[in-house]
Amino acid sequence: MAQVSMTVNGKAVSGEVEGRTLLVQFLRDQLRLTGTHVGCDTGQCGACVVHVDGEAVKACNMFAGEADGAEVTTIEGMANADGSLGTIQQAFQDHHGLQCGFCTPGMVMSAAALLKDNPNPSEAEIREYLEGNICRCTGYHNIVKAIQAASDAQ
Amino acid sequence: MPKDSGIGASSKRREDVRFLTGKGKYTDDMNVEGQAHCYILRSDVAHGTLDSVDTSAAADMPGVRGILTGEDFVEVGGLPCGWQVTDRFGEPMQEPKHPVIAHGKVRHVGDPIAVVVADTLAEARDAAEAIDVSITELSAVVDMAAALADGATKVHDDLTNNLCYDWGFVEENKDAVDEAIKGAHHVTTLELVNNRLVANPMEPRVAIGDYDASTNDHTLYTTSQNPHVIRLLMGAFVLGIPEHKLRVVAPDVGGGFGSKIYHYAEEAIVTVASKQFGCPVKWTSSRSEAFMSDAQGRDHVTKIELAMDENGKFLALRTDTMANMGAYLSTFSTCVPTWLHGTLMAGNYTTPLIYCNVKAVFTNTVPVDAYRGAGRPEATFQLERVIDMAAREMGIDPIELRMRNFVQPDQFPYQTPVAVVYDTGNYQGTMAKLLEVVDRDGFAARKAASAANGKLRGFGVASYIEACGIAPSSLVGALGARAGLYESATVRVNATGSISVMTGSHSHGQGHETTFAQVVSDMLGIEENAVEIVHGDTAKIPFGMGTYGSRSLAVGGSAMVKATEKIIKKATKIAAHLMEAAEVDVEFKDGQFSVAGTDKSVAWGEVCLAAYVPHNYPLEEIEPGLEESAFYDPANFTYPAGAYACEVEVDPDTGKVEICSFAAADDFGNVINPMIVEGQVHGGLAQGLGQALLENTVYDENGQLLTGSFMDYAMPRADDLPSFEVDHSSLTPCTHNPLGVKGCGEAGAIGSPPALVNAVIDALADKGVVHIDMPLSPSRVWAAMNQAG
Ligand code: FES
Ligand code: FES
Repeated sequence: MAQVSMTVNGKAVSGEVEGRTLLVQFLRDQLRLTGTHVGCDTGQCGACVVHVDGEAVKACNMFAGEADGAEVTTIEGMANADGSLGTIQQAFQDHHGLQCGFCTPGMVMSAAALLKDNPNPSEAEIREYLEGNICRCTGYHNIVKAIQAASDAQ
Repeated sequence: MPKDSGIGASSKRREDVRFLTGKGKYTDDMNVEGQAHCYILRSDVAHGTLDSVDTSAAADMPGVRGILTGEDFVEVGGLPCGWQVTDRFGEPMQEPKHPVIAHGKVRHVGDPIAVVVADTLAEARDAAEAIDVSITELSAVVDMAAALADGATKVHDDLTNNLCYDWGFVEENKDAVDEAIKGAHHVTTLELVNNRLVANPMEPRVAIGDYDASTNDHTLYTTSQNPHVIRLLMGAFVLGIPEHKLRVVAPDVGGGFGSKIYHYAEEAIVTVASKQFGCPVKWTSSRSEAFMSDAQGRDHVTKIELAMDENGKFLALRTDTMANMGAYLSTFSTCVPTWLHGTLMAGNYTTPLIYCNVKAVFTNTVPVDAYRGAGRPEATFQLERVIDMAAREMGIDPIELRMRNFVQPDQFPYQTPVAVVYDTGNYQGTMAKLLEVVDRDGFAARKAASAANGKLRGFGVASYIEACGIAPSSLVGALGARAGLYESATVRVNATGSISVMTGSHSHGQGHETTFAQVVSDMLGIEENAVEIVHGDTAKIPFGMGTYGSRSLAVGGSAMVKATEKIIKKATKIAAHLMEAAEVDVEFKDGQFSVAGTDKSVAWGEVCLAAYVPHNYPLEEIEPGLEESAFYDPANFTYPAGAYACEVEVDPDTGKVEICSFAAADDFGNVINPMIVEGQVHGGLAQGLGQALLENTVYDENGQLLTGSFMDYAMPRADDLPSFEVDHSSLTPCTHNPLGVKGCGEAGAIGSPPALVNAVIDALADKGVVHIDMPLSPSRVWAAMNQAG
């Protein structure tokens, strides 16, 4: 067991973890931030995407210990300060970019990272960027539309 | 003008806010006080005798609370099959026991052998490694034809052979069909495979058992599409727990697509473990486990023959199918290749004579059951492929050939030769709508442009029909269903006029909380936000059959409408009393009761309050309160239909297929929320195109699952698909449910595979390619191009 400390959604947190504890397990099981999901065990689905020091990261592919000292943002930290939906979240609702909602936190986190690097992506660029996020419900059509709308709104 | 609320409005989904902020409550997000975790040790061989399972070392490992093996379940029932199919000779199907935990034998990779319950999942997993399992491996039965051969190894020793049933439909038509085919001007024959798929909802299955010894109450939290069905199946048939002592909760569920309909072993395991070890027990499937324990889909091998006269008029159709059941019969496995498949073989056409033979086969593979579309995609695929092939052989345009054989708009209701009666439809209408959306005339120029870039361009269409809104209970009962298939709703008007609707339907992405509220708010003339939809908890909702087969609105919505009508009736009585008017003179509109020809009126809220504060109330005539329930058993299936078009480019050097465009024109009857309907079509299309282009479940000859993760099983990703053109404006309302709705959940997955394959074959026709089995991977396409001609 080792002690880890990090900032999650602006709050300092710490906990005891095993060497094998994944960041996603630390977030879900210890911090009870259950918005970050686990959809696979091979780093393929992207349901677990969070931001670590500003970069999109698959939280199932990183040990909690590796995030020691980092700034982590999860889906729970994406709403506006007044609790209303952030621009990307709102665009997902407006354009029906989610159905069951299970892939959605990862999609929103990936979309945010994309728009940070490329504020005006083309449809092809959006589709290529989302390679690492699987959605089984929406056929991606409305996710792409939502990200385009968020890009226009920003 | 599009409406901004109620029926027909694209109301934004209220459920989205919790999902977008990480506040969804999926089963794995729940943690019950004091819970332990379990890990399931599964067979890594496909077939073998289970000689011993020694758990003694594991039991002493840190954190372990207890271990269950097959021995612990010998006395209880097996996991039940919900549909008994009768074979061609009038005999019931062969039905083996499906033990909760393997006993005596393991029959597929993933068959549970032992369950370790420990303080943490890591400890349970560590302990499972210390279990000593001794298996004598037997030769595995994987290929269906080999499984049916004389002397084949048997999956179940106590059965006669590996044939679950040999089903013929319509058996009385068999000779006439044979005759018609013999004498026909032209017969087109196609042999094809409908590839095995894994549903892969993004949320893996989870089950938490929580037993309260002080009251003898069991609670099961599970990722299910139908909590009441699970309560009935597990309570009555497996563990013998009466309904009032078993509560099943399916909270937010992250997609199902059929795979979360069935009663699974893990639900019984956590229920038993919680009682036995005195703590709540949680099981969370990993994706790898999902690949070997979630029921899989499709897996048919079919030969289809279509007989025509010289004008291309369809005369007769004969099909011969082997359908893989896997190692055990999953809950609805047996009805998929029969009653959900044979009854759809008429498609959108007037073929007068049809005979469909299906042999269901046991193999040492994961059980197969309904997956989005279930039987109907298999029927549609073979039919729409053979028609395309026939068009080419006869030199008739494929759309023209379909048009010549469509059921005509004035022929409805249309009695097919395969039992079902289509109530309404307009297949010419959806085809015409499709042709408005796609620029078919411009295809030649696009093909030339592709050719100039060294690419082969193809255009394909497909029509489809499906039977949704499952189903009239008396009919399915006569066909072997061991359940009724009605739906229920309770509409509770609260004292100040807001509404709680308790529905037996279950939402796992479909957005019922929004659409169902739209319907009730529209009927009552109150705000959508004044209506809440409650689902997914047997302690809260009336007994209902849940969500699958595109039935929620057609059946569950109808129950809700019936209950709301009862509310309006009673509220009208109360309003009449309050206004001192005759009931017949009272009108209800926009949330206001009024007396015709007077200025007397009372608002909805006043009537509701009077019902709960009955100071001035007709107590001698009616009871206080305003709450009504209804059960709705449909008179018929509904028959959504449509026409799809796909355009592809094939790279002749690599065999890679790119989807350039995809258009869908659907007839779903009336539409409550167009935004949600279109989303359902998009999702269905992605799954159908995934089947056609990417997805395949592969076992080697020893029954090892080669595609056991997202590394090897190709899920469609964003850059595999185009944006879609979808239209649902050519519609014919269903005639036998109050909303005139048909169902939209499965259509995309049914109609899209043949449209895509037809397009690819069109692109490759000059190379002499007549068929390629799905998925149309680059290697298969390349091989077909280079072997043909
Ligand atoms: S859970 Fe992290 S990629 Fe699937
Ligand atoms: S919304 Fe269900 S997986 Fe994307």
